[in-house]
Amino acid sequence: MGSPSLILALLGLSSVSYYLGWRRSISLAQGTVRNLHSLPGYHGLYTALWAAVPALLLLGVGVALKGPIVTNIVVSDLPREVQSLSPERLNLVVNDIRNLASGNIASQKTPGMLAAADRYIRLQGYAAIAITVAVLAMGVFCGAIAWRTIQPGKRARNSVERIILGFLMASSTIAILTTVGIVLSVLFESIRFFQAIPVTDFIFGLDWSPQMAIRADQVGASGAFGAVPLFAGTLLISFIAMVVAVPVGLMSAIYLAEYARPRVRGVVKPLLEVLAGIPTVVYGFFAALTVAPFIRGMGEQVGLDVASESALAAGLVMGIMIIPFVSSLSDDVINAVPQAMRDGAYALGATRSETIKQVVIPAALPGIVGGVLLAVSRAIGETMIVVMAAGLAANLTANPLSAVTTVTVQIVTLLTGDQEFDSPKTLAAFALGLVLFVVTLGLNVIALQVVRKYREQYE
Amino acid sequence: MAASEKSTIERVRATLARRNRAERRFKNFGRAAVLVGLVFLVLMFVNIILTGYSAFWQTFVKLPVHFDAQVIDPGGAGDPETLGSADYGALVKTSVRSLFPEVSGRRHRRDLGQLVSRGTVFQLRRMVLEDPSLVGSRAEVWVPADDDYDMLHKGNVDRTLPEADRRLSDRQIGWFDRLADDGRVESRFSATFFTAGDSREPELAGIRGAAMGSFFTLAVTLLLSFPLGVATSVYLEEFAPRNRVTALIEVNINNLAAVPSIVFGLLGLAVFINLFGLPRSAPLVGGLVLTLMTLPTIIIAGRAALKSVPPSIREAALGVGASKLQMIVHHVLPLAMPGMLTGTIIGMARALGETAPLLMIGMVAFVVDVPQSVTDAATALPVQIFLWLDSPERAFVERASAAIMVLLAFLVAMNALAIVLRRRFERRW
Repeated sequence: MGSPSLILALLGLSSVSYYLGWRRSISLAQGTVRNLHSLPGYHGLYTALWAAVPALLLLGVGVALKGPIVTNIVVSDLPREVQSLSPERLNLVVNDIRNLASGNIASQKTPGMLAAADRYIRLQGYAAIAITVAVLAMGVFCGAIAWRTIQPGKRARNSVERIILGFLMASSTIAILTTVGIVLSVLFESIRFFQAIPVTDFIFGLDWSPQMAIRADQVGASGAFGAVPLFAGTLLISFIAMVVAVPVGLMSAIYLAEYARPRVRGVVKPLLEVLAGIPTVVYGFFAALTVAPFIRGMGEQVGLDVASESALAAGLVMGIMIIPFVSSLSDDVINAVPQAMRDGAYALGATRSETIKQVVIPAALPGIVGGVLLAVSRAIGETMIVVMAAGLAANLTANPLSAVTTVTVQIVTLLTGDQEFDSPKTLAAFALGLVLFVVTLGLNVIALQVVRKYREQYE
Repeated sequence: MAASEKSTIERVRATLARRNRAERRFKNFGRAAVLVGLVFLVLMFVNIILTGYSAFWQTFVKLPVHFDAQVIDPGGAGDPETLGSADYGALVKTSVRSLFPEVSGRRHRRDLGQLVSRGTVFQLRRMVLEDPSLVGSRAEVWVPADDDYDMLHKGNVDRTLPEADRRLSDRQIGWFDRLADDGRVESRFSATFFTAGDSREPELAGIRGAAMGSFFTLAVTLLLSFPLGVATSVYLEEFAPRNRVTALIEVNINNLAAVPSIVFGLLGLAVFINLFGLPRSAPLVGGLVLTLMTLPTIIIAGRAALKSVPPSIREAALGVGASKLQMIVHHVLPLAMPGMLTGTIIGMARALGETAPLLMIGMVAFVVDVPQSVTDAATALPVQIFLWLDSPERAFVERASAAIMVLLAFLVAMNALAIVLRRRFERRW
């Protein structure tokens, strides 16, 4: 039985156990529920959980161990000269056996290999049967024991609640596990990368051309991993984006919060927020197909040489994407400024704009700065727009009309397509990921601190 | 008081006009800012609709096909194997040539063969296999035109350009115009776009494969992230003691919500694919990665929903003897559920539009077959858009914008559902 059908069988088993547990508790109570400590449903749940959970855990262990054990047995039966091969070569042989077993094309098809593949299939079959039997037996056994222990005075509800609480606690640790997973996975590969390429070369190097030479005599494949041009490109595009997003976002927030009539606000605000809900791939499409050619055409009109994948196009569109981000965060903080402060300014004879410029904005500034920092971290981590509209050439330039590349573009380019996991080329992507993670995390922590400090001020 | 010194009121009056001008200017800046945002929104939608709407129609050519028994079934046995492996390409060539008998020369004849889609061969084969009695007969068959002619028919080819700058020569355009004059060309609703997987030929490519990939990915995401998100928010909001571990979890969740999505892709690649050995390009891995990505959104929304349930409800439940878990399951959760569902739908909408992490875990493969399960190789809708945009053919760009329209339609539907849920079940206490 495959895992999905086995899980279905376990579900069936646990529903039956629920019914049995429920009935046993009622019959033990002689039909009067008042005689029970817990409601019959809890006795049912108790039995059902015991029938399902240990068996599921066993299934998980079995599936995890099945592959390695079967492979080990097959390998130990291979001829001695095969077994004495280096681990990489042995791995190739094992892969061939697997391919033969699943009917794919394998590079060698000797009788010995065919026999090994047969054995592999047979052992897989045995393992599947063994797991099925063991899991079902476990379910029936544990369910039966739980069923036997049902007594009128049994505290079934407390047991069930403890199990559920355990599940709740376990799921809340997933957030931590995710962060740990990100840090570890990125860090490990980065350390392997930095063993090949010194950290200083990576952070301070001015030349980025990650094509590694496969053969020693290859031309034009130097494998330089100086990330400065990527950082510069990322900052340039993010800067253009912020030049667009901060004034537009902030001014729209001010207009909507201070000037617009409630009806206008009710229509315009959700419309602006639509911009935040559009997938980034759509922005990328717009940038690459409409904005970039438009800017190129404009440049030609005035005699400027504009790259067809200019930083300006990518930055401009990214800025538009970030507008609602800036405006809704600023809107929140502007609305949090107490009305008394505005009234005070009006009473002194200030006009509306003077009040906004000299009272509201200074009061809301920490919140706005926090919002802008969050927006910067969004811009730095944004991927699709730059993948589609920015270039691949790592130019170290501050000219917004030329093509630059960014950290995220390079991660995508290095990791899509064929990859082997020990070349510095793919590992470089993880080092870039580490930089990206650290920088955005730093920005977020600072921004959240700033925003929280500010909130405490007025609450 | 010297005569030259003005009174306060005079000083105010002197600058009032300037101040009022500044006021109007400032207000207009605000208006302009709002307009910039809205104009871009409209521009983007109009642009996409204008490029994409024509992809829902497709150009068909009426071909007089002679199902020549000599070619299809020389033995006359009629067994499906012979019928299936016959040279249908020859049939297509003869049919097209019969329309233009005057064309000679190898190159021109080859160009002529490319008038209709390469899928025509399979279409004829399917027709014969379904109805073997066709063999030997003649029929007029509507077949899709090649994508270049499709573009020509839709008016996306500029005929005034010099011949060398076009994908079609003057001669080829002439052939097509003659067909059109003969009434052999027609625009029809493109069912292919909704029923086919990806293809190298734009006229045969559809979004079904990508849509199913997205469906499986989102199904995994929903099945995992909803229970986990609800469980986490219930634990943090109702049970967790106020200690450093809880604080750490909270900071963690807030930060995860702002981690760039591509970093989640790196995690998926390193952990799910390299460490756990799950298959590349599979919706299962995509779903796992997107689960981790959307969990913070769902948890934050869930906690807000739980917070908004007033304490009196909890106390009343506890007062009549409910256990804490009973109080939560029977009273608090049902009241908080609309808020949680809204958060989940918004998280799902974000996951549906997400592309970058899927690129990392190999869901950018060229997948022709429509995936049947969560472990089949698949792409997702946004990734398909990205892939099509990378192709040189103009027809793929049209398909990409049509796919964007489909994607946006789904997103609008999901967000509308979220808004309706919120409007309908939101309670003010």
